[in-house]
Amino acid sequence: MQDLANLALDTAKRRGASYADARVMDIRHRDIAVKNGEVGTLAESESLGIGIRVVAGGAWGFASTDRLTREGVQACAAEAVAIAKASALAKRENVALAPEATYVDTWQNPFLKDPFRIPVERQIEVLLAADEEMRRVKGVTVAEGSMSFRRIEQLFASSSGSSIHQIKMQSGAGIVATSFAGTEIQKRSYPNSFGGQHMLQGYELVESLDLPANAGRMAEECVALHSAAQCPEGQHTIILDSSQLGLQIHESIGHPIELDRVLGQEANFAGMSFLTTEKLRKLKYGSDIVNVVADARLEHGPGLGTFAYDDEGVPAQCTPIITNGLFTGYLSNRETAASVGEKRSGGTMRCESWNRLPMIRMTNISINPGTWKYDDLIADTDDAVLMETNRSWSIDDRRYHFQFSTEIGWEIKGGKKGRMIKNPSYSGITTEFWNSCDAICSRDYWTLWGTPNCGKGQPMQTMGTGHGASPARFRNVKVGVAFAK
Amino acid sequence: MPNTKRKSSPRGGPAELERIAERVLKLGKERGSHETEVDVSSGVDALTRFANNTIHQNVAEQILSISVRAVVDGHTARATTNKTDDESLARTVAAAVSLARNQPENPDLLPMLRAQKYQKVSRFVAATAATTPEERARAVTRVCKMADKAKQTAAGIFVSGQTHSLLANSKGLAARYEQTRSEFSVTILEENSSGWAKSNSPDIRTIDPDALAESASRKATASRAPRELPPGHYTTILEPSAVLDLVGFLFYDFAGTAILDKRSCLTGRLGKKLFGENINLWDDVYHPFQTGAPFDGEGLPRQKVLLVDRGVPKNLVYSRATAKKMKAKPTGHGFSLPNDYGEAPMNLVFAGGDKSTDEMIRTTERGILVTRLWYIREVDPYEKILTGTTRDGTFLIENGKVAGGIRNFRFNQSVIETLSNVEMLGPAVRAAGEESFEMVVPAMKVRDFHFSEATKF
Repeated sequence: MQDLANLALDTAKRRGASYADARVMDIRHRDIAVKNGEVGTLAESESLGIGIRVVAGGAWGFASTDRLTREGVQACAAEAVAIAKASALAKRENVALAPEATYVDTWQNPFLKDPFRIPVERQIEVLLAADEEMRRVKGVTVAEGSMSFRRIEQLFASSSGSSIHQIKMQSGAGIVATSFAGTEIQKRSYPNSFGGQHMLQGYELVESLDLPANAGRMAEECVALHSAAQCPEGQHTIILDSSQLGLQIHESIGHPIELDRVLGQEANFAGMSFLTTEKLRKLKYGSDIVNVVADARLEHGPGLGTFAYDDEGVPAQCTPIITNGLFTGYLSNRETAASVGEKRSGGTMRCESWNRLPMIRMTNISINPGTWKYDDLIADTDDAVLMETNRSWSIDDRRYHFQFSTEIGWEIKGGKKGRMIKNPSYSGITTEFWNSCDAICSRDYWTLWGTPNCGKGQPMQTMGTGHGASPARFRNVKVGVAFAK
Repeated sequence: MPNTKRKSSPRGGPAELERIAERVLKLGKERGSHETEVDVSSGVDALTRFANNTIHQNVAEQILSISVRAVVDGHTARATTNKTDDESLARTVAAAVSLARNQPENPDLLPMLRAQKYQKVSRFVAATAATTPEERARAVTRVCKMADKAKQTAAGIFVSGQTHSLLANSKGLAARYEQTRSEFSVTILEENSSGWAKSNSPDIRTIDPDALAESASRKATASRAPRELPPGHYTTILEPSAVLDLVGFLFYDFAGTAILDKRSCLTGRLGKKLFGENINLWDDVYHPFQTGAPFDGEGLPRQKVLLVDRGVPKNLVYSRATAKKMKAKPTGHGFSLPNDYGEAPMNLVFAGGDKSTDEMIRTTERGILVTRLWYIREVDPYEKILTGTTRDGTFLIENGKVAGGIRNFRFNQSVIETLSNVEMLGPAVRAAGEESFEMVVPAMKVRDFHFSEATKF
């Protein structure tokens, strides 16, 4: 890997690049899915290549190839420089990067069991066992389960002298029961929707989830939803479970703090942000108990946003995003940090693969735990809707007006969890919503959720992000609008 | 300036794909695969991205993928690599065989297809394949200067690329396809308004960046100082991109597997009037505005299928395995095996009408004109209620005229109801959006479209 990277950097410099970095990435996947007692997907894949990013003529260029011969890498580096010079035709100012030290390091996330060494038939057995449990429940029309594993080995090298070797092992698994009856399709997922839970861990994550033991409960809840009461409409108190709160953080905090979005670089596709730069350290984003960080360090947990160095060679950091309710930080890179008065990048540049340009991405964007015990929070709530497990999510292109719905809800009356509620939904304005938060559960109820499917950029890149959250309560929220006539 | 023009047959050209496929099929036989399928594809893609009236990202990639499916005693599995040396190919074939051996038997698995005949489609344009970064940069520079002059801000992309693919199997099937692609998308921003336009085609000569930028610029100007309207049900004119992103959520409902799984909104509704009399829909990969290969993931020729006839959902699409289960004939819409989803129509074509957008506006006393929609998600999969917001050019229509820009709306609206309330149809065009794959759709004038909340901008 190092030889290929050096060749790329040497060629780029010879062709006139004032700065160059190269990422050699070797990525391996295993994907398994079962449906109604049969194996649906069973696939392994590997992909090896190099991406070369350069500054030449004061502008950016990037080229990538999987032709890893001497000629292939040299041609790719030359193309990156030529593209940068073409970019310079429309430049307004020269690219300037915030200073960063050089690093020579190697890092691998800790894990106990290599999922690629676990026999695939054992993994299929677990999924089929959960599938069978779900189909035991009358009314379940589709039972599904999936596992996915990813090993990413990468070398980052820069013309400044950095050489960073990292290996990341990711695992994920989940199950879902679907039921059609009358004119309704309902579903329940465990431990989360859209593929379950994903972390920077080995197969021990899958074992800890115990999919078969939770399958029956999911199936029963799924079928019971058909006869549950419809979610009420109006202004209500809501309590969100930690997985739904994780997605709420992702959409209404994680995306709007991306500085490339704020500065207009995503205007044509992903959109911009209501968090314009004059709001930094002035906007009351949430109530006083809301504290949010962007933390890529391992001590935050083995999240999908955990690493030792980002894809620009900047060490992992913890950036306070919301501090006692006050908006205090953005996600930045070496090019944008200066625009908000930072001397150094926040270390959030990430790329999906060797053939994609690194861009500002969420790391682990997490809300700090509060002080409440879960049972005390329920007991303290007179009238509310408890909402669990995301079903749909939508937010405008400034990340200001959102609408979410969850798979299941529960009525809270007089401090007690009551009847089941179907089709729960809520909507609101980002800052009004976070300012209405009046209770957050403690560390005992905090989970670092993985969102494996965050899309951004052109060409589109899918990235995994982490979101730590515990159940929380919000007052005076608009509920039920999704089904209002 | 160095010559960075790609030759028309780069690495991964047809000859190399044939060599790799031949090698893999031989390895399959040697490694004990009873049947072997190989899908070799290569691509060169380049994208120039601009924002704040300058290029901020300019990228190119060259990729090659070799995907091998092995069948052993009625079991099948897939392994994929981008490494072309003999050792890597042998390891990939061995991985596919090993994965296949270690799974339960698949009762739905059918023997691989023998050689098929395909209707020719011509979607490779040399001019697109030869596009250089300088050519893209020059077009982008013109658009940025145009925006500068109008005191506006431009952001967007200009893309060019090509793909070659070969699907072959040990029973003698060989399905070859090549296609070029180009795309220009632009957003023009003002202080409190914006406009958007997008077009794509295999032929870059049909893309007019200046005209698209001018259209987006006019929308940004016309939607300045947007007023806030109360939520409610409005007569709404959806431009083709907005129609595309809504109706795109219907495509999987026409899959045989979706009916078997009772996940389709057509469950119990096939053959019954569901949409308006003026809704006719086909899947047709051969339509002149469509793109894509004339065969499916197993190499079966794609058929043109009538999906909706005068408002009645008539037919579904089927992979070979789904067709067998449902006692139907396969239509050539299956995904690569093994998979969980079966099949889907990927080349939807709606019948259009003869009404221009101007006529739709002229005949509207009070309504909303929508350029594009954003972040659409399914709220109710059976009633097909979708939510999302308007974006980049939303206007109030009063007394037959555009009366100015309005703040964006959130909608919660059933697609079934939408297609039951269509009052006028424009000519069907190849439309491009951001939420769905491209298809051929008309602009639509729809009554009682439900905007549930207003946004703040």
